[in-house]
Amino acid sequence: MNEALAADLRAALAPDRVRTNATELGLYGRDASNIEGSTAVVCFPLTTSEVQAAVRAAHRHGVAFVARGAGTGLAGGAIPLDHALVIATTKMNRVLSVDPVNRMAWVEPGVLNLDLTRQVAHLGLHFAPDPSSQQSCSIGGNVANNSGGPHCLSDGVTASHVLGLEVVLSDGSVVQFGGEAPEEDGLDLRGAFVGSEGMFGIATKVLVRLTQNAPTVKTMLMDFSSVEAGAQTVSAIIAAGMVPAALEMMDQLCVQAVEAYIHAGLPLDAAAVLLVEVAGLPAGVAADTERIVEIGRLHGAGAVRIAKDEAERALLWKGRKTAFGAIARIKPNYYLHDTVVPRRMLPEVLRQVYEIAERHQLLVMNVFHAGDGNLHPLLVFDKREPGVMERVHAAGEEIVRASVAAGGVLSGEHGIGLEKRDFMPMMFAPADLAAQAAMRRGFDPSGLANPFKVLPSAAACGDVQHVPDGAWV
Amino acid sequence: MRRRAARTGWGVGVIDLDAFAAEVGAEGPVTITGVGSRGGAVPGVRTVQAPSGIQWVQPDEMIVCCGAGTPVDELVAVLAEHHQTAALPCGGTVGGALSLGQADLRRLGYGPVRDVLLQARYVSAAGEVVKAGGPTVKNVSGFDLCRLLVGSRGALGFLGEVILRTRPVAQCSQWFHREAGEPFEVFTQLHRPVSVLWDGTGVWALLEGHPDDVSAQAREASLAAVDGPPPLPGGSRRSIAPASIATIPGRFVAEVGVGTVHHAEPWVPPRRSQRVLDLALALKHEFDPLGRLNPGIDV
Ligand SMILES: Cc1cc2nc3c(=O)[nH]c(=O)nc-3n(C[C@H](O)[C@H](O)[C@H](O)COP(=O)(O)OP(=O)(O)OC[C@H]3O[C@@H](n4cnc5c(N)ncnc54)[C@H](O)[C@@H]3O)c2cc1C
Repeated sequence: MNEALAADLRAALAPDRVRTNATELGLYGRDASNIEGSTAVVCFPLTTSEVQAAVRAAHRHGVAFVARGAGTGLAGGAIPLDHALVIATTKMNRVLSVDPVNRMAWVEPGVLNLDLTRQVAHLGLHFAPDPSSQQSCSIGGNVANNSGGPHCLSDGVTASHVLGLEVVLSDGSVVQFGGEAPEEDGLDLRGAFVGSEGMFGIATKVLVRLTQNAPTVKTMLMDFSSVEAGAQTVSAIIAAGMVPAALEMMDQLCVQAVEAYIHAGLPLDAAAVLLVEVAGLPAGVAADTERIVEIGRLHGAGAVRIAKDEAERALLWKGRKTAFGAIARIKPNYYLHDTVVPRRMLPEVLRQVYEIAERHQLLVMNVFHAGDGNLHPLLVFDKREPGVMERVHAAGEEIVRASVAAGGVLSGEHGIGLEKRDFMPMMFAPADLAAQAAMRRGFDPSGLANPFKVLPSAAACGDVQHVPDGAWV
Repeated sequence: MRRRAARTGWGVGVIDLDAFAAEVGAEGPVTITGVGSRGGAVPGVRTVQAPSGIQWVQPDEMIVCCGAGTPVDELVAVLAEHHQTAALPCGGTVGGALSLGQADLRRLGYGPVRDVLLQARYVSAAGEVVKAGGPTVKNVSGFDLCRLLVGSRGALGFLGEVILRTRPVAQCSQWFHREAGEPFEVFTQLHRPVSVLWDGTGVWALLEGHPDDVSAQAREASLAAVDGPPPLPGGSRRSIAPASIATIPGRFVAEVGVGTVHHAEPWVPPRRSQRVLDLALALKHEFDPLGRLNPGIDV
């Protein structure tokens, strides 16, 4: 707790939107990762100028500040370290304006991803990035993590859907990056801000691009007797020059867990299933569907189930989107990984993932964005088992190493945060990290915006790094 | 200390950039040029050129790796053999297209140039080879330095080798025209057109996809097939809110849904706010403290 800071904030915001009781400080010291931080004060601004006032107060007191959306981040990005001020955007949750013709909307950062799509549904539009957490994550968090989702295969991740931003910088000034005009003069600061994990400032308004709903959608499920055959089908579809709207894969253990949960008639004996969605105009969708089924059959697909109607389509997607809930019934705890490998390396890396899990005596399930090579190995365990956390972390690190060694990257959508900060040298040389540190200094010379994340200590130029007790990074 | 040439192999850069880095060096003003089609070198300054040549094409990953000095037309021709293409404007070099960051008429459907660059290996002001981004289409490992480089006009570093995202070539691609048309009416009638243009009276549209869908869309919007887009006035390339294209005076061709306007008259772009200019200068200073890279180019 920091009484002086809290008093300043109470004067600038309404007193009831500045919280200092121990329970709330504890709550806001966590996100959806396993890491726990320490909060000085939590505040809930309503407007840009309140965010500005909060940032200025943090600045005056020399206290770090952390922007927080819904706290669903999995890499510890929203964890306050060293008694930082948490600036929660939950109450900035209005859609400010919608241009249905040019398909864009200004929204506040606390608007929830799915709420935005719901609010523009009557216009035949949606916000394309659809993380599995879309019911609860915020647009501000999506921007900061450059989040993705199943339908980002054809439409691109958040960065392709952010046209402009209003940002409060760490010195309290308010700036606009990008906007309705497509080509701003000078550096693309909007582009650089997306994915900056709260370390370049706080987004207070976001101009998002909205996407036309497809007139025709076909969703199909194909089952395979081996994970390899499923993965090869994925590569073959892309190699044939098609980019489906979504191309998701689930392995047997995951299918079994999901089926027990939702009873969708999923094939329990298949080693892997592919969920493929094709969207667009009718002739193209029909032709692509036919070719995809043919490619699947060539690779040994057994049954091919094409959703007959919207209800069946929703059911198939429910299977994919509730996978995490289903898994909770097997073991109480899970650790979700996120790496990307070249598609053609999927069979080999998946083989290694199973081998790594087995060696560490862990159960692993795979449910992932196969179309863009984005693996999500899910380690399930019971943390009451002695020594299990060590095994979970050792296995996790090996999975990340195997992915990078296969020509992949550290993270496809969850970000680096604290979780993978110290893995950055697996992918980047010191000069590469120095360039990223230079970006950070350019945006935030004070270093007060969400410090200690993303950049490993050497790149952060002599900052003392505090990783909280019990954190496992 | 310069980094050694990257390992060869999967998704990793392959060009040995040491010679290019040595040429850029660590001292004195230096400028880079491609084939000079987009403004070229800063006059009176020692000039370097990026390596060229396509290293590999991987259509099943939708990526290509090439030297930044590779002509865009060569890249497009080689990609076409694999039924792929890249969303870069034709003419000039890949490095030039990325450094300027201006899309061609297909931006509405293909997206901006900034979405094309997945990984860059560039030479920094210190003469070091630096890697930004990664080789996969999806990647959030660290800050998005690639997006800062696109459109930075060589002021932060000189691109040496790039990995670009490609896209399959459409089965059918056809320009259409309608003599008199209200731009937004046609625009909203079409499903994800690749381009819609308006010159104050007529509307042009580029439609791609399955031939039956393309002709059905054209019929519904009363569009007739034509050879190509109209000639673009060359006075200025303006960037405005797409909602305001309906009220532009003068002779122009506007990109509907995008906001790029090709106008007959010159134009002065609006000034960015002082704080944004300061931020851009701070970034320039971080990357090139002595201001030796492409001196005089504004960030
Ligand atoms: C079950 C589950 C499934 C998930 N599935 C996916 C998925 O499919 N794809 C995917 O990409 N992610 C997924 N995630 C991760 C997470 O939901 C996303 O990263 C999401 O975008 C985070 O949003 P949030 O509002 O919860 O952000 P938070 O967790 O609150 O914050 C995340 C980061 O954003 C910063 N931040 C938040 N708001 C702002 C702002 N206004 N300005 C600047 N910085 C800000 C924070 O400082 C922090 O660094 C999943 C998480 C869970 C728990």
